[in-house]
Amino acid sequence: MSGTLTADTLIQASYFVTAVLFIMGLKRMSSPVTARSGILWAGAGMLVATVVTFAYPEMTNYPLIGAAIAVGGGLAWWSGKRVAMTNMPQMIALYNGMGGGAAAAIAAVELYRAAFAHAAGQTPQHNSMFMSLAVIGGIIGAISFSGSLIAWAKLQGVLNKTVRFGGQKFVNGLLFLGSLAVGVIVVLHHGADPLHVSLIFGLALLFGVAMTLPIGGADMPVVISLYNALTGLAVAFEGFVMQNAAMIIAGTVVGSAGTLLTQLMAKAMNRSLANVLFSDFGSGGGASTTEVKGSMKPIEASDVGVMMAFASKVIVVPGYGMAVAQAQHKVWEMCQLLIDRGVTVKFAIHPVAGRMPGHMNVLLAEAGVPYDLIADLDEINAEFETADVALIIGANDVVNPVARTDKSSPIYGMPILNADKAKNVIVIKRGQGAGFSGIENALFFLDNTRMLYGDGQKAAAELVNAIKAVG
Amino acid sequence: MTGIVALYIFMLAAFTGYEVISRVPVILHTPLMSGSNFVHGIVLVGAMVALGGAHTPLEKTIGFIGVLLAAGNAVGGYVVTERMLEMFKSSGARGGGKRTH
Repeated sequence: MSGTLTADTLIQASYFVTAVLFIMGLKRMSSPVTARSGILWAGAGMLVATVVTFAYPEMTNYPLIGAAIAVGGGLAWWSGKRVAMTNMPQMIALYNGMGGGAAAAIAAVELYRAAFAHAAGQTPQHNSMFMSLAVIGGIIGAISFSGSLIAWAKLQGVLNKTVRFGGQKFVNGLLFLGSLAVGVIVVLHHGADPLHVSLIFGLALLFGVAMTLPIGGADMPVVISLYNALTGLAVAFEGFVMQNAAMIIAGTVVGSAGTLLTQLMAKAMNRSLANVLFSDFGSGGGASTTEVKGSMKPIEASDVGVMMAFASKVIVVPGYGMAVAQAQHKVWEMCQLLIDRGVTVKFAIHPVAGRMPGHMNVLLAEAGVPYDLIADLDEINAEFETADVALIIGANDVVNPVARTDKSSPIYGMPILNADKAKNVIVIKRGQGAGFSGIENALFFLDNTRMLYGDGQKAAAELVNAIKAVG
Repeated sequence: MTGIVALYIFMLAAFTGYEVISRVPVILHTPLMSGSNFVHGIVLVGAMVALGGAHTPLEKTIGFIGVLLAAGNAVGGYVVTERMLEMFKSSGARGGGKRTH
């Protein structure tokens, strides 16, 4: 008995240490200077919690537990090490979905046990509080699981269709309420029967799929962030069920932090969360009616090279197109040449450059760009007026001045980078098509704008040669 | 743990999460989302206890899937977050651009 007691004390103390390490780790991760150590702290916390859990009283199935950890952890390690930085968002979605699935699995074990006991006519072991928390956590976890998988499939390009049909919201609502209603039955009847339990999870899984399918690729990061928060919440609920303080604290912290992060992301995209979840933008629904006057004026790479070499300040505006073309390394090489010549170089990052806020920073960091050369929208916008050249690579909607002027445009009101205020604007672009939102970009037609047509990486390589040729 | 104590924990943790994240710069949104994604990988300990207490084949199967998924969440979340944050270095640390001219 005393042996169990000491084991329990050790476990509880370790979980406490884990919770502290998680919170300190997250805190450190919210500043670029300490971010690197933050994940190490959190990682140490996870390791401590996992190891002491093996000492949990009355545990069996050790070989199964070990095998599951080895297989799941091994596959995740392998895939996480291999994934390209451009594909990071969908990988996060995938791992997040797994967490949601795990929370749902915990709920399923408890609920099926209660259901079989009830069907066999035994006295119920758990009160309705326990059952309710298990059901709610299970539903949220299942939604997060299937929804995240759809988000992954969409961003990975496995699933290209955006499924929409009349009365879709009605059907979705029905699925969700149906899952909840069966959940209530299960709670009231102490588990009811196994079929009811299956129905809860089946409907919740379907709802996750149905809710995510109509959302366009551009909005997916916000959705992934939302599912991240939901998984946190599901983990917290199952923490109550398992009487596990570490799960309650970590899950709740992620739930609230993730909710805030989701709001910040939605705000950065100038959208409300409801708008993201229930509207039809994001896949190129509306196009502007206003015609843009003027013409696009092409320029040669050699001319751009000279222009930048003798500039005093160049601001680079990268977009996801640059990352797709894998041009970031060449672009940084070009910038280093300019810096060597005494040119002030800065990178201007729009909050939604890349596929989610901060994604572009990661891609630039991968190429070796120091983070203090990277400025966000609020810092840099006043500086465009003093810049000789604004070099736009693979970005489009985020520099479209229409967002400031044209009230009929779908992107009206979205904060943009004021690249049009620079003395010269150079746009590196594949062809003459419109941007992700299908809106013509008025910037391309301005008098001070020149178009450098070509693949991002090739154009950057040409610029490197052009600057070198200046000598 | 009584219900009301659990509720206190829930409330305080919710505020903590909000406060910890509230002043984060945009450049860290993606790594931080990934980091918080790793933190809810703590579901692993719950899944381990669930599988550890499983008796019927159905419970064992679901428990096994749970631990497998949770381990994927924890390990995958850690690896990708670490990879992203590893790259955050200032120009002082990396000597970005040889400013010798």
